[in-house]
Amino acid sequence: MSPAELPGLTITGLRECLRTRDVSPREVIEALRTRIEDVDPTIGAYLSIDFDAALKEAEKVDVDLPLGGVPIAIKDLINVRGQLCTCGSKILANYRAPYDATVVQKLRSAGAIPLGKTNMDEFAMGSSTENSAFKLTRNPWDISRVPGGSSGGSAAAVAADLAFGSLGTDTGGSVREPAAMCGVVGLKPTYGRVSRFGVTAFASSLDQVGPFAKTVRDCALLASAIAGVDPQDSTTLPADVPDYSRNLDVDLTRVRIGVPKEYLIGEALDEHVRTAINAAVEKLQSLGVEIVMLSLPHTEYAIATYYIIATAEASANLARFDGVRYGQRAENAHDIFEHYTRTRGEGLGAEVKRRVILGTYVLSSGYYDAYYARAQKVRELIRGDFANAFEKVDAIVSPTTPDIAFKFGERSADPLKMYLADIFTNAANLTGICGISVPCGFAQVEDRQLPIGLQLLGKALDEQRILQIAHAYEQATDWHKIAAPLSARR
Amino acid sequence: MDVEYVARLARIGLTSEENALFQKQLGQVLRYIDKLKEADISGVESSAHAVPMFNVLREDEPRPGLTVEEALSNAPRQANNLFIVPKVVE
Amino acid sequence: MNFVASIGLEVHVQLKTRSKMFCGCAVEFGAGPNEHTCPVCLGLPGALPVMNHEALRLTLLTGLMLDCEIAPLSKFDRKNYFYPDMPKNYQISQYDLPLCANGRVPLHERAYPSDARGKIDKSVPLARIHLEEDVAKSFHFETTTGIDFNRAGTPLMEIVTQPEIHSPDEAFAFLASLKQILIQGGVSDADMEKGQLRCDCNVSVRPKSRAELGAKIEIKNMNSISGVRRALAFELDRQVHLLERGEKLEQETRGWSDERGETFLMRTKESAHDYRYFPDPDLVPVKTDSLVAEVRSRVPELPAAKRARFVEQYQITDYDAAVLANDVDLARYFESAAQGATKPKQIANWILNDLQSALSAANKTINDCAIPPEALRELVGLIDSGRISGKQAKDVFADMFASGKSAGEVVRTKGIEQLSDTAALEKMCDEVITANPKPAADFKAGNAASLNFLTGQVMKLSKGKANPQLVGEILQRKLK
Repeated sequence: MSPAELPGLTITGLRECLRTRDVSPREVIEALRTRIEDVDPTIGAYLSIDFDAALKEAEKVDVDLPLGGVPIAIKDLINVRGQLCTCGSKILANYRAPYDATVVQKLRSAGAIPLGKTNMDEFAMGSSTENSAFKLTRNPWDISRVPGGSSGGSAAAVAADLAFGSLGTDTGGSVREPAAMCGVVGLKPTYGRVSRFGVTAFASSLDQVGPFAKTVRDCALLASAIAGVDPQDSTTLPADVPDYSRNLDVDLTRVRIGVPKEYLIGEALDEHVRTAINAAVEKLQSLGVEIVMLSLPHTEYAIATYYIIATAEASANLARFDGVRYGQRAENAHDIFEHYTRTRGEGLGAEVKRRVILGTYVLSSGYYDAYYARAQKVRELIRGDFANAFEKVDAIVSPTTPDIAFKFGERSADPLKMYLADIFTNAANLTGICGISVPCGFAQVEDRQLPIGLQLLGKALDEQRILQIAHAYEQATDWHKIAAPLSARR
Repeated sequence: MDVEYVARLARIGLTSEENALFQKQLGQVLRYIDKLKEADISGVESSAHAVPMFNVLREDEPRPGLTVEEALSNAPRQANNLFIVPKVVE
Repeated sequence: MNFVASIGLEVHVQLKTRSKMFCGCAVEFGAGPNEHTCPVCLGLPGALPVMNHEALRLTLLTGLMLDCEIAPLSKFDRKNYFYPDMPKNYQISQYDLPLCANGRVPLHERAYPSDARGKIDKSVPLARIHLEEDVAKSFHFETTTGIDFNRAGTPLMEIVTQPEIHSPDEAFAFLASLKQILIQGGVSDADMEKGQLRCDCNVSVRPKSRAELGAKIEIKNMNSISGVRRALAFELDRQVHLLERGEKLEQETRGWSDERGETFLMRTKESAHDYRYFPDPDLVPVKTDSLVAEVRSRVPELPAAKRARFVEQYQITDYDAAVLANDVDLARYFESAAQGATKPKQIANWILNDLQSALSAANKTINDCAIPPEALRELVGLIDSGRISGKQAKDVFADMFASGKSAGEVVRTKGIEQLSDTAALEKMCDEVITANPKPAADFKAGNAASLNFLTGQVMKLSKGKANPQLVGEILQRKLK
């Protein structure tokens, strides 16, 4: 295996080489480094990379552990001790984490090596990574287009073979949507499956850390490594963590998958997406799946509900960014009020400001009942929709997003339009269930192939099921064999 | 929404351009969000918490945290191991 | 006065835990700045709170001690506002489902300041008790403020009274009583000077004729229980004068300056905070049943209950019981001494009179008293059995107090054992009667005073050791 070929491997493939001592962890990192230095200036997936720290870890790592010697890229809102953690924001441009997030510790326990902090929409607010205060990340399938967001860097890195796997976070779709747009696999675990300790909070009741990978099997490996109850996160579930990669190959005969009728209507669905999804559903049927039409009657309220709850929680979670204990601050403020308003005014980007203001408003005196309290109740209604659905089906299928990757700047002027693209993803965050996006085809646009993602939603703690279905679908199709033009495999 | 007032509550300084822009954009978002008023929430018990768990507790045992150096390592301004800010007048 | 004062207190109590409310940092008074911090109490990105088990228990224990209704389900909420002593710019507190509701703090005479008039036994009703985290400590310099986060995150219990306190003296008594209960329950050391107990007052004054409360004015920044009393006295005076002049009072927040002896305006109602409370999504709700079961056995016998029991069990006066029950150590001493004693009432008397004065004069407390409870019991026993006289007992006591020797030892050493041997006494009486025929005859004739003379002679003869009561009886018998 030559160094140039290494980055094109899957985690599973890489593990084989490492286990047999065919290649050393150090060589893997060096190979990745060469490729990153060569290609990332074009893609812009990374905000910072500490190769020295990773090489040091590589010296001591135990390659017989499940992920022994595998470097994994980390979204830049997850704290890795000693490394910058900017959250894609100017206000944290110089913040260096003094502690490790639990997921980072867990990766290390499995032998993985955190390598590089990836670009993102500022404070995870966005669907295109255009809201990063630092740079654009380009879609490896077409560099004039966005990679999706908010975990765009993590998705693009995997798609371009600049990482074997990566971690992102998903609050309204921020792992699944960029996974769809970059043609990789992205999982949002059940809320509470993975610890949020050390993960900068956007919306506390919606955020989950999720892995990106080139295949479903790789994704399952990462999921098992990071999941588990954490005494430092009160919202983690005490359920055991299975080895998700062990039971992937199952027969899908008589598995029932629901298609929500509310997801099919609407002019917003791109025709390429509609075509690809229909074909994917037929493929699933050919594998023995029983397709069931069902209704999620409160679908029309999901986006409004999401944007009230998420922004409300965010307005409180981001209040700590005030230049007192860390981060940038405005100079020469005359009093504490000026200190706060100028620090945050200068340090926070437009989308963040909009959401914090909206979130503050929906909690404010006189408006709490009409907005926040009401949204929490509608959230219950949406939960009810899914509870009913899962009595009839084992999983729910839909497009991951209504569109394909758009060009830079196309959506920036209209925040609401951007929000509406969350229509298929944010219900999973509102209800806490798990969801995965897996490649299911391409749109031929101009002379480019632009990936399309298929989403599978599963009941809470039913990751194994959706991984199985996704794996079966992946293995029955060739989408995963087609790599991005800017990947190492082309 | 009075964007300027709410921004004050959130301690976010806005330029007059931002004020005007956000007033317009957030106005649109609010109009969209208002569709929630149509939802029938009668009889719904809202649960403030996403997970059906109770009493997740920590035993009262002290453990070491950050060293003073680590705690202050990102301080924009410090003196005598204190975090320094412009004077707060009561 | 034609005005009625309604005072409500908001008391913040630092709980006696070893670690903070939502993280494992140590709670330690007097540590160097920022020595006890972590990502959670510093509000670093990614930090999450986890509830301290003992803090919940101590709050529920307080609720039990104060007769509160314990909420079956409780939760924490975020209270949002910006201030440099707030690591997250929201405080995790409780809004609409506090751990405890209602309840009361009994006041009795002894809790009032010594120079107060109108000390009445009453109970101050509470509104609620909830749990929250403390903020950091600020040090103000010329143009800057320095912040120490050691205190940030300390568990703080907030006790809110109904506005049913009607005078500064009552407020004093309330705080003194509350402090005693908190200390007794092991909930807090409640030392105001160390900031372990902090108090804000809400004061409103209205003409007697009006039913609804007047404008609520908040007073902050009092550093001692007597400071609270002084501040309230000033403020009530100020408000009454304004009302008498026909001025209208508006809701505002005022600070108290102990040096200047006055309150000053801090905030008007307009700049009141909009806290935007919402349930904290990082924490799960609390079901209190199991926690209450854990603390029931820790509820101590509080002064009010102890007082009633002393009266019933030991047959002492209510007054004596009140004094003894009010002091945990004194009560313990008393009960120890009263174990198996025939006359607990006597023991109470000795403690409340002789022992208290001796301790006070020697600047000692009951805990470093040289006389152990059993020794006091022995002393009283000796008097009771007639072995020594009441007068002699005073000397014996003084010696015991100074030397630490037991009553028996002192009596033996000093040889002051009262002579109660009837045979010996009979002999002495015979001698004295023989030596004093005229007084003997006078007594026989009806002169009672002569008996005293004769008794005195026997006392002289016995060098003061004779049991005067017995002597009197014997002489009377002989002279009939």
